Amino acid sequence: METLANIPPSFLLFAGAIVTVLLKGTLRNVFLVALPILTFIHIAYLPSGNGLQVSFLPGFGDSELLRVDKLSKAFGYIFTLNAAAALLFAFYVKKAIQHTAALIYIGSALGVIFAGDLITLYINWELMAVSSTFVILARDTAKAKGAAFRYVMVHIFGGLLLLAGIVMTVSNGGSIAFDSFDYANANLGTWLILGGFLVNAAAPGVSAWLSDAYPEASVTGGVILSAYTTKTAVYVLLRSFHGWEPLIWIGCAMTVFGIIYALLENDMRRILAYSIINQVGFMVCAAGIGTDMAISGATAHAFCHIIYKSLLWMSAGAVLYRTGKSRCTELGGLYKTMPLTLLFGTIGALAISAVPLTSGFTSKTIIIAAAEHEHLLWPWIVLELASAGVFLHAGIKFPYFVFFNQDRGLRPKEAPGTMLWAMGILSFLCIYLGIRPQALYDILPYTVDYQAYTTSHLVTQMQLLMFSALVFFLFLPMLKRTPTIVLDTDWFYRKGGQFFYSTCDICLNGINKIAHKTLIAGATKKLCHFATEGPANLLTLILTPIWEISGTSMEQREKLREDLRENVRKGVFPIGITACLSVLLIAVLFFF
Amino acid sequence: MADPKKEFDWFDKPASRKLLWWVLWITCGITVVAELFIHRHPHFEIDGWFNFYSILGFVGCAAMILIAKGLGVYLKRSEDYYGEPDEDTPSNDIDGNAS
Repeated sequence: METLANIPPSFLLFAGAIVTVLLKGTLRNVFLVALPILTFIHIAYLPSGNGLQVSFLPGFGDSELLRVDKLSKAFGYIFTLNAAAALLFAFYVKKAIQHTAALIYIGSALGVIFAGDLITLYINWELMAVSSTFVILARDTAKAKGAAFRYVMVHIFGGLLLLAGIVMTVSNGGSIAFDSFDYANANLGTWLILGGFLVNAAAPGVSAWLSDAYPEASVTGGVILSAYTTKTAVYVLLRSFHGWEPLIWIGCAMTVFGIIYALLENDMRRILAYSIINQVGFMVCAAGIGTDMAISGATAHAFCHIIYKSLLWMSAGAVLYRTGKSRCTELGGLYKTMPLTLLFGTIGALAISAVPLTSGFTSKTIIIAAAEHEHLLWPWIVLELASAGVFLHAGIKFPYFVFFNQDRGLRPKEAPGTMLWAMGILSFLCIYLGIRPQALYDILPYTVDYQAYTTSHLVTQMQLLMFSALVFFLFLPMLKRTPTIVLDTDWFYRKGGQFFYSTCDICLNGINKIAHKTLIAGATKKLCHFATEGPANLLTLILTPIWEISGTSMEQREKLREDLRENVRKGVFPIGITACLSVLLIAVLFFF
Repeated sequence: MADPKKEFDWFDKPASRKLLWWVLWITCGITVVAELFIHRHPHFEIDGWFNFYSILGFVGCAAMILIAKGLGVYLKRSEDYYGEPDEDTPSNDIDGNAS
């Protein structure tokens, strides 16, 4: 039992990733659903405290592969729970490769959650980046390949920031222990670590990898990706950067940025991708507030967010699976033939909007209450505004344009049974946690003394949401979708990359051209001409007066000149002349 | 008994849409009036205003839509802007099942 308590949960999924390749058909699918459930149970029985410690980097001290407390357990629960639902949803997938990549991805996310030191964290962090790239690549389209390439480049950049930060922190005499960093004593090392974390949290300026890559992933890939990378970043921010004030403003910026872009988007899964940025903004802001209530609120929100966001990606995925389309301009009227997908999708949409009786109402509002308690007026206003905006872009826009709006003559079949089961289970959780939030509050890192269901809160929340809905329908003509994309910060490296390429092309190939013209075609040719014709011309110059003195006619001189030129070109001279020239050369050398 | 072949199209009917508009307006009205009957504990001065949340929801969302609309002029581009091929993957091949 003690040995079992020392096994990091990530190892179970890594082992499962190998086993998956060996299994086939339904057996593999059943195994894939059972594995995260077993890992969930394993996490539930893990004793609090520090577990497995190994030393694999001399000079860095012991690495702690397993550190268990309430915060890591809460994230561990939801990561495995969501994995089980997502893999049930993915029952139809026949290729093993996507599942193998997904299990390594989820496993490494758990590795980060339970890491007690920065080295273990870093290794899992990078493993997460690489394996998630393969999840994106599994879609196997040219667009997915391009997006995966850009995705991995951004994450390599983030990983390097993290590595540089860790090295600086350790070399400055810090330990490798992964604990909280003090804002008052921040140095370049800690700022770099924060930068690495913020890349994964999709902070403004470095968020484009998310909205670029996730919508290009496969149906299942999108569901799996939506949960882990950003939420692991939230976890590490909650653990090590709580109370860092800049995070409040970064989080606020994320919430608004996500809404504005989601309003502009046409692709339903890209709308959901921007919505992730908006939601993670709430959690990053909570990390910045840093009080016990804020940390517990962010944990609760991450827990519920993973559920309803997965549910939304599932319903969008089911639509994509059945219709092959994901643009709002090509979708609409699907309520007629996909009513269950609509029902589950709407439950997810209501939950993300924090409508009473759903999990968003009992979790996201804790963060807003934490801002209230700290009397942070502007962050509080932004978060309230963002809550209203969520209803606008994810709560209404997504279901409206996909399932209602204009009937485009699409009559797809309802989603497959396993997809519906997965969505049904997550829908149940959205409502259950909305009605009985105590089950969730009990697993939070700090005791939460929060009551979501007060008459006052119910009324104010409904005021906010209903007027947001009213605005949506009043402004509907302005929200008409167009078949366009929206420029994001990926423009800088996508167009910048092309610009760099064409600049290099013009500059370097220009230099090459000039060099060719002047050196190869110009100077070399001239040198070659000089080498072949020069000596003959020189000798002709010397010998012409001699010939003239010796009284040769013009014709004879011309003949002699031609013969000389020919002889010089071939390098043949009468022995006498060669000997004479040699003596002359020796004489010159001797005297000078 | 309804014709089993006829699909459910309630939301497409103008009368239904009209009804939904009424429901929306009435619900908004109820939330406004409901504030008269509750006792609130404002943390800041501003949130103590009557119907602060309704105003915030309405004005905030309208502003965000207008900002998005304005930014759209500069930020929206055609779908082939990045010059990537647009492949319509057959729906059964989205997860590589067909190969």
